[in-house]
Amino acid sequence: MRLFGVLFRLAWRNLWRNHRRTTIMLCAIAVGVWAMIFMTALTRGMVDQMIIEGIRTLPGHVQIHNPKFLDDPSISNPVSISAQQSFDDPEIVAWSSRVKVPAVISSERESRGITLLGIDPVAERHISFIKYDEVDGRFLVDSDDKGIVIGAKLANILETEIGKRVVIMSQDPDNDIADRGFRVVGLYTASTGAVEEAYAFVGRATVQKMLRIGNQTTEVVFVGDDYRDVEALYEVILDAVDDSVSVQRWYETNTYLGSMLNVMDGFVVVWIIVIFLALSFGLVNTLMMAVFERVREIGLMLALGMKPGSILGQILIESMLLLLIGLVAGNMLAWATVMSLQGGIDVSVVAEGLEMFGAASVLYPKLNVDDMILASKVVLVLGFLASLSPAWRASRYKPVEALAKVG
Amino acid sequence: MSAVRCVDLCKTYRQGDQDIKALDHVNLEITSGDFVCLSAPSGGGKTTLLNAIGGLDTPDSGEVYVAGQRIDNLSKSDLADLRLRKIGFVFQAYNLIPVLTARENIEFVMQVQGVPASERREKSLAILHEVGLETLEDRRPAKMSGGQQQRVAVARAIVSRPELVLADEPTANLDSKTAGELMELFTALNERHNSTFIIATHDQHIMTYAKRLIRMLDGRIVEDIDQRAA
Ligand SMILES: Nc1ncnc2c1ncn2[C@@H]1O[C@H](COP(=O)(O)OP(=O)(O)OP(=O)(O)O)[C@@H](O)[C@H]1O
Ligand SMILES: [Mg+2]
Repeated sequence: MRLFGVLFRLAWRNLWRNHRRTTIMLCAIAVGVWAMIFMTALTRGMVDQMIIEGIRTLPGHVQIHNPKFLDDPSISNPVSISAQQSFDDPEIVAWSSRVKVPAVISSERESRGITLLGIDPVAERHISFIKYDEVDGRFLVDSDDKGIVIGAKLANILETEIGKRVVIMSQDPDNDIADRGFRVVGLYTASTGAVEEAYAFVGRATVQKMLRIGNQTTEVVFVGDDYRDVEALYEVILDAVDDSVSVQRWYETNTYLGSMLNVMDGFVVVWIIVIFLALSFGLVNTLMMAVFERVREIGLMLALGMKPGSILGQILIESMLLLLIGLVAGNMLAWATVMSLQGGIDVSVVAEGLEMFGAASVLYPKLNVDDMILASKVVLVLGFLASLSPAWRASRYKPVEALAKVG
Repeated sequence: MSAVRCVDLCKTYRQGDQDIKALDHVNLEITSGDFVCLSAPSGGGKTTLLNAIGGLDTPDSGEVYVAGQRIDNLSKSDLADLRLRKIGFVFQAYNLIPVLTARENIEFVMQVQGVPASERREKSLAILHEVGLETLEDRRPAKMSGGQQQRVAVARAIVSRPELVLADEPTANLDSKTAGELMELFTALNERHNSTFIIATHDQHIMTYAKRLIRMLDGRIVEDIDQRAA
């Protein structure tokens, strides 16, 4: 397009004609884009942590259950794969067989309902969210360990401490009470108190004995490389087992976590559009003013034989330039902000509220290139559409009338 | 050959409940290379006639020919092309695009026409020289005097050698000395480039520069004088 050169020059110079107005508008766009991306990065970071921790505490990336366990998560529905079976594939980073049952834990003073996890601490080392070395006291040593590791918060509630005994009560497959005393050997801390309250860890063999279930477990969990990409792992597991068991990806096991991801994507789009709408009023207003101020010269250009389409193009180029500069500034600002917050943001002041949702008290904003691209696309595409009306208006000026404004 | 021919042009404006005949059966023929002054008191119909000839506006009835081509029935887009390629315009004020320098303003029309950059540069520098503004090449209109601005406008109007140059009260905002100098420039360009000039004015002094003087009143041509004979 041979006219592009002259239109671009006119657009560029007109953009800087009213420095103040352009600068203000640029700041608004930059701040808007920053808000789009930074807030998205914050929420992404939060959701990411929630999911990673959710997966670590509960499902693993892929799980195997007895199909009936999903409706009735009790020991009556064990998984038919013995703890002795082994899995071997490059997709599998770690795997473990667990007994997971609801139970009641009691100290001399208090009782609480918890989820009891009978684990093999050796196999679980790379699956568990608990860093064994950081446990107050010690973590379980092996499957036959007779101790129990509970969350620090639960210990508080139960008014118990390392070295004291607690009683665990649950049901065996015949629905008879099965109970056993455990000595508290370790207290773990998690990023949220809710987790600390909910899970207690004991040796798998020990709990199997207590529940009188021999070698049975209730679930086998697998961890792969990245929770966002579990399909390959899922296929491997599917191939490795028969159809007497049900294989699930983490987002199927924990639909709450799974839907978080989708909700998140929807939220990002809505958030970006809402900010853009606020911006678009400023944008359209700025362009309208610019177009109105230039009635005469637009009339002149039309009189000299420039086509209305070129006037339209000129205003659109001007608007796109404005948006592009604002976008670059906003993206850089957001990037710089996120980079400077790599150490995480301490939100413990408000964390009590957030913990309800399973969020941690230190937030790590997570810059997502896709989100930056999405925000930029939305701004450019919607900005283009919003500019159409002022640009169209300018191109409809009648040269005779526009020139007559000279008086 | 005639540069402009108008046949029975009429244009009526409604103002309130009054019909104003801005053009009332105007018949006119202007030969190529002529230098015409169109004179009328304010409201006499000068602008309306120039706009009809320049393809900026269409008459209610009658025919307009420019360089032999009938233009009153052309589409908007064809009219824009006609203005771009065949006619040079000088208006009373606001002739220049504020964000462009003198030379860029002069090159503007050529640029829209699609003239290559090197040729544009060559022509614009030559014409800047011709109108005596070579030192103002890179200046923007806001930093030029009214007379200088009008000279740049004249340079732009003539630079691509149009058939016809239309100037609507080009001197109205100038003092009489500067106005005289601008008219000298018009005269010189008319002689050198042989373009046809039509200049609307109600200034007696300006009219003396014309080879042919056409007087209008209330949308009619009331007098048509060949001043060369005089
Ligand atoms: N757009 C319009 N609407 C209504 N009336 C108009 C319009 N344009 C011109 N007229 C009227 O038509 C008549 C001729 O106007 P025109 O502008 O052609 O005169 P002019 O000779 O150029 O006057 P001036 O010296 O003031 O520029 C005037 O009475 C004017 O009021
Ligand atoms: Mg007039």
